Amino acid sequence: MTGNTTAAAPVRHRQWTRARVLLLLKRILAYTVLILLSFLCLFFFYLLLVNASRNHGDIQTGFSPVPGAFFGKNWETLMSSTELPVWRGMFNSLLVSGCVALLSTYFSALTAYAIHTYQFRLRNFAFKFILLVMMVPSQVSVLGFVEMMNDWQWTDSFMPLILPSIAAPAVFFFMKQYMDSALPLAIVEAARIDGSPEFTTFNMIVLPIIKPALAVQAIFTFVSSWNNYFTPALIIKTKELKTLPILIAQLRSSDWLKFDLGQVYMMIALSILPVIAVYLCLSKFIIRGVAVGSVKE
Amino acid sequence: MQHNEIPARHKSVSYAKWGYIFLIPFFLSFCIFTIIPLGRTFYYSTFEYFRSGLKTIGPTPVGLRNFVEIFSKADLGKYLWNTLWLWLLGFIPQIIVSLVLAVWFTDTRLHLRGQGFFKTVIYMPNLIMASAFSMLFFALFSDGGPINSAMEMLRMQPYSFLRNVAGTRGLIALMNFLMWFGNTTIVLMAAIMGIDTNLFEAAEIDGTNAWTTFWHVTIPLIKPVLSYTLITSMIGGLQMFDVPQILTNGNGNPNRSCMTIIMLLNNYMGKSKNYGYGGALSVILFVITSVLGLLVYYVLNTDEREERKLEKRSRMGGVQL
Repeated sequence: MTGNTTAAAPVRHRQWTRARVLLLLKRILAYTVLILLSFLCLFFFYLLLVNASRNHGDIQTGFSPVPGAFFGKNWETLMSSTELPVWRGMFNSLLVSGCVALLSTYFSALTAYAIHTYQFRLRNFAFKFILLVMMVPSQVSVLGFVEMMNDWQWTDSFMPLILPSIAAPAVFFFMKQYMDSALPLAIVEAARIDGSPEFTTFNMIVLPIIKPALAVQAIFTFVSSWNNYFTPALIIKTKELKTLPILIAQLRSSDWLKFDLGQVYMMIALSILPVIAVYLCLSKFIIRGVAVGSVKE
Repeated sequence: MQHNEIPARHKSVSYAKWGYIFLIPFFLSFCIFTIIPLGRTFYYSTFEYFRSGLKTIGPTPVGLRNFVEIFSKADLGKYLWNTLWLWLLGFIPQIIVSLVLAVWFTDTRLHLRGQGFFKTVIYMPNLIMASAFSMLFFALFSDGGPINSAMEMLRMQPYSFLRNVAGTRGLIALMNFLMWFGNTTIVLMAAIMGIDTNLFEAAEIDGTNAWTTFWHVTIPLIKPVLSYTLITSMIGGLQMFDVPQILTNGNGNPNRSCMTIIMLLNNYMGKSKNYGYGGALSVILFVITSVLGLLVYYVLNTDEREERKLEKRSRMGGVQL
């Protein structure tokens, strides 16, 4: 607001105060809405923690906003439960999700690198093909997939959960976008001049450059695999190989009122909290990843 | 040989094979685990093939009969309708809230503090295991659960959420809303921040109010991202499974009002072992998602097309001048 003629000044001043009041009201509204939404997001997890720390009888008597003293006790009952092999489930989930994160980020980066760097006749076709299949959900082919795994006697194994993640179009797309902005071809050329073989260039020079993209996608693929319920439930039948989501479903389909409720809440907390803990440490990084991955520059 | 075109072409010939080699893992995995199963699924869709008690009926080729029967006998229409309803109930509040939040977060005059905290909190539910979240809601909202007892303490009528259609659908919509509004907010924020700030300044100089700026500057400029959000959410909605499956224990009750199409597919593969219907359902799902996927593809490419058009126009303008 630069100085104006004296005649205009009072008018301008009045407008300014009115705008200021409006702005203040808007700010109050914005904070109220944000606080309400945050409350809604946190409330259910707070209840989860509260109930995970109370014993069965207390939970049945009703709602309480304060935690109880049975956290350790519930933990012990859950860990010693034979019906729900929680440690086993956790280990299985970790193993599957870890492998998925590794394979899908590495091979998606490799695929993106092929299309980013090399000029070959089918390059455009391959790129468009991957973009086109990006949106087709895995559920449409799952019937044939499970039958095929039956034929191969691959059911009750982690292979069908891990190997398909080599082809992850969405991860590929993210990597391709990242390379477009962060990987100049001159670097590849320089490596060639220094006599580096192509595959070595990718492993030793390109991967370190795209590390931020690898990390973001490793987190996302890990989490989505950790949370995946549909395919594992169709593939895994043996108790020892069940992942956490299958155990949760099992909890739901059993006559759950007979269960120790403290144990039920503890089980839910155990499947949710590791991801939340990691998220809280890396939230800035993850949120930036969401923003970058979704919008085409 | 000062012209550098020839060495460049020579280079592309010698390295091109690496492009193909590096693409092998992706396409091999995609063929084995997606294309072949997809073909097999489609193949099943033309057979009568199911288990009745201990007996397996078929496989007998029946042409397209499964596609007719899945609507007439299996009530697919109802389940498609359920899925659409459940998606809309979550999506409409989600897009409205996300748009408002994104505008507020990016409003420099409003200058909200604690953005990092709020963004962290609202995005958090997105990372949560949907099945565990659903189990949590089931435990909290069941008859005699903590929410009902809290309502009693507040002297409200107890409400049996899971015996009422509105209650169950409402809970599913609430979960979907909570899980996705943070994500959508961040995406829309990124889109709004990508707008040239000169445009907002120009609008301000022209004396527009916030409302006009929102409808005539912000919305048109983030339209590609908005439609991208809409379509991807729609595809996600079609895949809705974990939340209603766990909440209703796979039966979609009350009165099958919360049975989604993927829950139906899951039933065909597990309980009833009806591969004919399951195949037909997969084909239908494939067609719908392919159309939506093509739309996304189109949306993602609009920018480039427009850029090219602009370039062409400016070049033509150059000629005219």
